Order: sequence, then structure tokens, then C-alpha cells
Amino acid sequence: MGYDAGKYDVAVIGAGHAGIEAGLAAARLGCKTAIFTINMDAVGNCPCNPSIGGTAKGHLVREIDALGGEMAKTADECMLQMRMLNRGKGPAVHSLRMQIDRKKYASVMKHKLELQENLDLRQGEIVSVERNGDEWIVETRLGSRFTVKAVIVATGTYLGGKVFVGDVSYESGPDGIFPATFLTRSLLKLGLRLRRFKTGTPARVLKSSIDFSDLEEQAGDEPVIPFSYETVNPLENTVLCHISWTNENTKKIILDNIHRSPLYGGKIEGIGPRYCPSIEDKIVRFADKERHQLFIEPCGADTEEMYIQGMSSSLPEDVQIDFYHTIKGLENALIMRSAYAIEYDCVDPVQMYATLEFKDLPGLYGAGQFNGSSGYEEAAAQGLVAGINAALKIKGKEPLLLDRAGSYIGTLIDDLVTKGANEPYRMMTSRSEYRLILRQDNADTRLTPIGYKIGLINEDRWNKFLVKQQQIKDELSRLSDTVFSPTIELNNILVSRGTSEVSSGIRLIDLLKRPQISYKDLTEIDVDRPKLPDNVFEQVEIEVKYKGYIDKQLAQVEQMRRLENRLLPQNFDYKSLIGLRLEAQEKLNKIRPVNLGQASRISGVSPADISVLVIWLSQKDKQ
Amino acid sequence: MSEKIIAAISTPRGVGGISVIRVSGKGSILLCDGLFKAYRKNVTLSDLNGYTGCYGEIRVNDEIIDEVVCFVYRAPHSYTGEDVVEISCHGGMYITEKVLRAVLDAGAEPAQGGEFTKRAFLNGKMDLTQAESVMDIISARGEESARAALNARKGNTFKKVSAIKEKLIETATHLAAWADYPEEDVPKITAEEVKSAVTDVIDTLDEVVKNYDNGKIMRDGVDTVIIGRPNVGKSTIMNLLAGCERSIVTDIEGTTRDIIEEMVAIDDILLKLSDTAGIRHTDNVIEKIGVDRTMDKLKSCGLAIAVFDNSSVLTDYDIQIIENLNGIPSIAIVNKTDLENKLDVEFIKSKFSEVVLMSAKYDDDINNFKNTIKRVIYYQKIDSNTVILANARQRDKILKAKSGLYEVLDAINAGLTLDAVTVAIEYAIDELCELTGEKASEQIINNIFEKFCVGK
Repeated sequence: MGYDAGKYDVAVIGAGHAGIEAGLAAARLGCKTAIFTINMDAVGNCPCNPSIGGTAKGHLVREIDALGGEMAKTADECMLQMRMLNRGKGPAVHSLRMQIDRKKYASVMKHKLELQENLDLRQGEIVSVERNGDEWIVETRLGSRFTVKAVIVATGTYLGGKVFVGDVSYESGPDGIFPATFLTRSLLKLGLRLRRFKTGTPARVLKSSIDFSDLEEQAGDEPVIPFSYETVNPLENTVLCHISWTNENTKKIILDNIHRSPLYGGKIEGIGPRYCPSIEDKIVRFADKERHQLFIEPCGADTEEMYIQGMSSSLPEDVQIDFYHTIKGLENALIMRSAYAIEYDCVDPVQMYATLEFKDLPGLYGAGQFNGSSGYEEAAAQGLVAGINAALKIKGKEPLLLDRAGSYIGTLIDDLVTKGANEPYRMMTSRSEYRLILRQDNADTRLTPIGYKIGLINEDRWNKFLVKQQQIKDELSRLSDTVFSPTIELNNILVSRGTSEVSSGIRLIDLLKRPQISYKDLTEIDVDRPKLPDNVFEQVEIEVKYKGYIDKQLAQVEQMRRLENRLLPQNFDYKSLIGLRLEAQEKLNKIRPVNLGQASRISGVSPADISVLVIWLSQKDKQ
Repeated sequence: MSEKIIAAISTPRGVGGISVIRVSGKGSILLCDGLFKAYRKNVTLSDLNGYTGCYGEIRVNDEIIDEVVCFVYRAPHSYTGEDVVEISCHGGMYITEKVLRAVLDAGAEPAQGGEFTKRAFLNGKMDLTQAESVMDIISARGEESARAALNARKGNTFKKVSAIKEKLIETATHLAAWADYPEEDVPKITAEEVKSAVTDVIDTLDEVVKNYDNGKIMRDGVDTVIIGRPNVGKSTIMNLLAGCERSIVTDIEGTTRDIIEEMVAIDDILLKLSDTAGIRHTDNVIEKIGVDRTMDKLKSCGLAIAVFDNSSVLTDYDIQIIENLNGIPSIAIVNKTDLENKLDVEFIKSKFSEVVLMSAKYDDDINNFKNTIKRVIYYQKIDSNTVILANARQRDKILKAKSGLYEVLDAINAGLTLDAVTVAIEYAIDELCELTGEKASEQIINNIFEKFCVGK
């Protein structure tokens, strides 16, 4: 029946990427916090790919760092290889990705949690979450009952976790750690709507059993750019990745055995993500494609395990061995860990506010895969927001609400709480309508003032931030004030870059506006250029070149924010509002948007319905 | 929220002696000054005090569109509480729409249903107690607009626009997949490819806009469908209303195999009359298409005229027609009253609120018939202005999409990176999507996973 084990301000259930950021943020903001993990050796685990970042995910990591989160710094500390993806496609889609040492990442993170003031890291499976007046009680499997003011559920794939490999299936969390089997019932009792999602991971293969001789190498980019604005020590690429391809034989083996897949055999009921398809999915859905690409990535500096990206599967082990062996380089591969699919319980996120607090359960928060997302970075971003908001509420402060126009984190959360998730949600640059202003290079400009105000950015970093902002401002005005005469030297540069000559004086800013001209091109003639860090020049150049587009998006943002500022009441029955269409009434009652902006993004709410809401709000205001 | 200038035809049905076009919003007076030339020398609308009017003409590129009187109202002393110009022009669909078009081309936006009233309320021109009736008006107009928009979606224009939109989404999808999955084998897309796709689309949009300007205007009216099983006299009735032999009239069932359209004016009401293929089960392929189209047309029509044969008993097909008319404004005609009665007229009367008994062949009660049509239409408040506005909005969106696509070309020509180009394409798609209430980004993301094999 349990025993009273004491009090905390915040209890975080789960010590994955969401739980870590949530716990650290709450503790750093002065809340007495406990993080509960099922297994002390699973803290900060990366059970899938040994990498952090990637398209849009890299943006999230930068944003987490700008707000004062931990993921970026730890990734930098554990970096094996860095690549800046999408170079040449424009700054909005530049994305940083790092291969990391996953064991080191986990132990660095665990150590940071252990050292954190106000934070207790405890092993224990939480089996129930109950309301106790305005407070909550969480109970571990061993019967310790903690009274807390806020609970953050960050259970990942552990909640009701079930692993599938062919016709074998068993209850399990990732990497053979036992799952959380009791909590689901307790959450259902609270009235949460849960559903089942599925994800999967490929095999890990012994490095010495791979023949790399004919495989294409993929090296890191130089110089290494860190994730964190605080990382100052230079980082080095130390590993290579390799590329190989599936072939006709791979396809044949998979198709011959497709009936043995639990997914195609109908054993898995969970909904899997389309963007993270298993190899059998790819082969069935894109039958015309002759071959599929795969990457061989090292799992760490002191392990011989290699991750085979692009080859996740839930086919039986014998089939896996057969088709892995068809691949060039893997002919004699020794599979150390088999690929598997995992099914888990998660929540319908429209039940939450953008603070990630449940609307009907004050003090209960959700983050990460539990909220229907997928990916370490998506999880960490939500964990940070949930942790901050739990702490702000306990301290009696205004909540942190990030909107779509200010960050990818805001976009991610808005998508989840407004549209819900029909499949595990992955961040993509295509999801942001404001992506020209939400770049990974200006995450600090966008979010560090918010992080500072909340209290997660220290004075030292704040001062550095202010210096950088001033340098950008000064350099921009220098560009406006500097005029070059139409010298032969200048025109030679212009012609050599494929742009037109000038016949009268031209401002430096107007030269830099030309897409063909970069800072570097003008080094020789720009003699008064001050010495500034590269990232300042980068900011200035992007601001100048994309000004027209940036201004246009800023105007859209302003329009959007006007709607966001019109707040809607939370305890209102839209059925009583004459003039709304039936579909709109139902959707509004289900999602209960907090403002007109969110209401306008709900599918099934028309512009006429928004007009009706505007009239109704202004009537209420005047009364 | 009211910074946009909005315009709409404010008088009903557009076939009266004069029509009034209302233009509201900050800057509306100046906007109208750009189109209006007063007959009094050196006078512009901007010089006028509120509540005064001025006689002159609306000109576009030196072409005189109409002689009009403009009335100026100055904020807050107007219906909406904003600066307002009311242009009284000659009635008639053609002129009225042309004047409205001139105002829209000068930068005004087509007003949404109930938007003048909404602004009046928000600007404090109405009592708080009127809020509910304002919401009622907005939702009623919203329904009307939705119906008109649905109607517009049947048109060829819409089909062309949809095809264009699909093409743009395809390009945007490729760009998105290429950016979001840089390391997977998504084929590279070059600026030149984007440019050529966008140029094609601009050409098609140009064509669509041109067709809007030619003759589209005259086709507006209350969409009216004449329906009935074969050989009950639909074509005769259509010819009676149209005053000429339009459809092929014979005694052979199924003579009218497609929809034949005709514009008919009944006093101030303009009907767009469609004679349809008779409803019956058929194996004849051509005729079957006609029947399908008839049923389709019913869903968006403004008025249905159901014809029954007095001289024969009610058939299953008659019943089927009656069922299909549920919820659609309709009139029943019991035709061929010159022949012996076999039809259960009481049953028809129990199903329709308006029933006309007549013999179309002998033209015997045409006035009663016309009055019934007028009564139903007035009662339904079917407003051809809503139709014009739905079309105006469509055109407005197409023009905006087009200017968005020119920005795409500008960006490519200037050598900007494809991230900026993608955003401009999505802007154009969003404009086109607004016609159908879809969201561009969701479609693009869905498409990525359909078209490309990406993901780890």
C-alpha cells in the first residue's frame, strides 16, 4: 500500500531526452525536482541512431541551447563527426547534424543530472499518478509515495512497450530494458485519451565483420561548427561513416518473407511514422525502386558496434541475417543486436495547452514520445518547455508560450496541440511557414532573451549575447554608410562573380545584397572592415541578402500575432454560440483553443466562424 | 483588423434600375478617386464633405465604364464607421460587375459575407444587443457564400485552377523533399526546372484570367435545374421560359442527353436555366453521363423545377427525383393538364410547398408559373451578388497567386537560394488553396511520403 516518501515540487517520469531537459530546467529554476527512471543505466539513452540533429532537428537543438537547455552542449562534448546539411540550398534549410558517442552521451548526461543542485535522480518505475487536492501523488513499484506539485510524463517508448521481431513479441522497453506496465491504467483513470504508436530500429553490426573496401566514405565537414553557443573549444571529426545500397537480392528475400512481418501479418496495431519506414515498408510501398540507400555509422569511440541507418525492420531474425548479408560490405556481417519494432502508449496531444499542461488536469504535463512525437530532439524540446512551465507555475509566474513565428519548438508544439498527431510527429523544415526567419543561425537572437528572462541563461552568456547583437547592428550600419566608387578594381570583382558593373558610387550594403557577391569577394577592397567573429558576418550577410523575404515574413508574423493576442475563454461551451457551424462547434469544444490564432488553424473552422468569434469576443469585451 | 479596403455590390440582384457598390475602409475615398472623374471641374471625392455626392464617370484606362453618382461618407459617420464611398451605377449585371471589377483591380478586396455589418459592429456602430443578429447574418451569408463557392467549383475555371495547383504542389513537394531529406536519393531539382514549371503555370493562369474577362459576367444568375423523368415536357417548359426552341423536342424518351443552358430574365430575376437529361436507369453510355451530371448539378443549384406528367401515374423514378430534391429550393410542375388526370396530385402537393398545374404545350398559365418562381427565389433570398462575389474572390486569389509566382521568377533570376524560392511558391499555392479551404503545407508533407521513398 506504499509509504510516504516525502515531497518534491516536480516529479519527472522518465530520464530520456525529454525527462532530462524537463528535470534540469525545473531544478535550475529553483524547484525541488526528482527524475524517476526505470533503470539507472538507461538515462539519456539513444536507443536508435547514434546522432543528434539533422534537417529541422538541428534547428530544434540550436533553439534548446538558446533557451538554456542541455542537449546541444552534451552533443558537442560527445561529437564524433559533424556535417552541415543542405549547404547551397539556402540558410533557412542549413541543418547541423552530429554523430555522437552514445554511451558517452548517456554517461555525461547522467553525471550532469547527478551534479545538478535541487535535482534527485532516482531509480523506480512509477506505477500510478493520482490527484491529491491541488497536489499530486506519484507512487513507485516499490511503494514509495511522493507528494508533488507538478508531474511531467516523459515515458517515451517504455509506456506499455512491446517489442516485435517476426513472430516473436514480448513486453519490453527499448534495448531490452523492462517497460512501464502499470502507469497506463492510472493515466486512463485520470481521463486521458491514449493511443498506440509504433517505431523501429535497425540492427547493430560488428565493425570488424564489415568489408569497407568498396564502400563510399562520408567524412565530416571542416571546420566543425558546434551546436551550442557556449562551446568555445574547437571540435574535431574523428570518424567516417559509409554508404551502401540494397539490391535485387535484398528485395527478393524481404518480399519472399513479407508474410512473416508482424506489421504485414497484422500483429502490430500501433501506427508507425511514414517518414521512418522499415526497409520492408520501403520495398513494398516503392516497388519500382531498384535500390535503397543505407548508412553505416559508428555507435561510439570505444565500441565496435555499427548502426545500419535506413534498415530498420521487424522481420524474423533469420530473415534479417539473410537480407543484411545481401548488402555490399555486409556479406559476412555479424549482427550483434537485431532490428526490432516497438509499440507503445501515448496521449492525444490536443488535450494539452501549448504549455504542455493538460487542460483538465492542472499540474500534469506531458513531453516527448508520450505526446505523439518522434525523435530525441523533438522530445528534448518539449521536455524543456514542460519543465520550464511546471517551474514557472509553481513560482507563480507567467507561463512560457512559444508561437509558430518565433521558433520550431513553438511550431512543433502548436502542431501537436492544435492538429493532434495521427502518426509519430517528426519535425521538418517544410512544417514551418516562417522558415526564412526561423533559421538555425539566428536561434540565439530569437530565443536567448526569453531564456534570460526565464532564468536559464546566466549573466556571462547574456553579456556575450549582447556584444554579438551590438556587433551585428554596428556592422549593418557600417554597410549602409560605406560607399565604394566605381573603380576598375571593384568592377573586375563584380564581373568575375557574374554580376553587372557599376558606373556610379554604390553602398556596400547594396553590393552585398547581390546574391553573387559575398563578404569574402570584397575583402580586398573593404579595407575598413572590422575584425569580427564569423558568425557575426554570417548573420549580417543573411540579413542583407534576404531582407525582402524576411520583411515579408515579418509582416505575416505581425498579422498572425494579432489573432494570437485575442484570447478565448477555456470553460465555454461553443454549442451555445449561435452562428457557428455545427462542425466548428464540435471542433472548438474538443480542442478548446486558447486564442483566435489557434482556432483559425483548426481544420473545420472557417473564416466565417472566426468572424462570429470576433463579434462574440468584442461583445464580451464591451460588456 | 479592418485595415483592408473591401467592396461589394450592396443592392439586390443587379437587374434593377440602379446598383450600388459600397467601398469601405481607410483609403477607400482615395482609391475611388483613382477611378472616378467628376463632371464638375477640379473636384475630386477627397474634396467632398461627408454625406455629399458627385456626378461623374468611372474610367479605366480612359475607357468609360459607366456614368455614376458617388456618395462620400467620412469616418465615423458611415454604416461601417469607416470612410465609405457608395457608387450608384446603372443596374444590370454586366455594368455593375464591371464597376466592381474596376474597384477590385484598384486594390480593394471582395467583401466576405456579412463583412460590412461585422465592421459596423466592431466600430461601435451597433448596439451590443445586436451582436447576435450580426453573428446570424455572418453565418447566413457564410452559408450562402459557401454554396456559391461550391457552385463556382463546378466551373471549368475551378478545374483548371485545381490542375495548376496540383502542378505547383508537385514542384513544392519535390523542393521540400529535397531540402528535408538531403542525404537520401531524392533527385536534385534545379532552379531552371522550377523556373520552367512556374512559367508554364503563369501562362495557364493568364489564360484563365482572360476568360474571366470575356463573357463570364453574363453567365451569372440563379442556377436553375429543370428535372423530371424522360418526356414529361422539360424541354417544352424550358423553351416556354426562354421563348424559343432551344432543346430538341421529340416524343422519344431521352432526346435531351446533356445539359443545355439558357439565360432567362423574369422581371428582375436572372435565371441560368439548365434543361437536363431525364432521370431513368439507362444503359446508354452517353445518356448515363448526362444523368450523372444532372444529379451532380442538383447539389449546387439555386432552384430546381421538377416536372411531373399529369397523364400518367407516379413512377419509381418520380419518387427518386422527389427524394433527391430534399433540402433544395424547388417547384413542382404538374404538366399536361390538357390530358386526362392519372397522377396523384395530392401526393405531389404533400411533398412540395409550391405546385403549379399547367399545360406547357398550350402556354396556359405562364404568369402563375413566373410568379411562383419569383416567390420561391425571394423567399430563398438567393442572391446573384453572392455568386458574383464568389467569382470575384476566385479571380482575386488567382491574381495574387500570379504575382506570387512572378516573385518566384524574380528570386530565381536574381540568383537567390531555393529556400526563398520555395517560400514564394508556397505563398502562391496558399492563395489557390484558399479557394478550396485546404492548407498547402499539409498537402506538401503528405505528398512527400507518397512520392518519395525517404526516411531512415
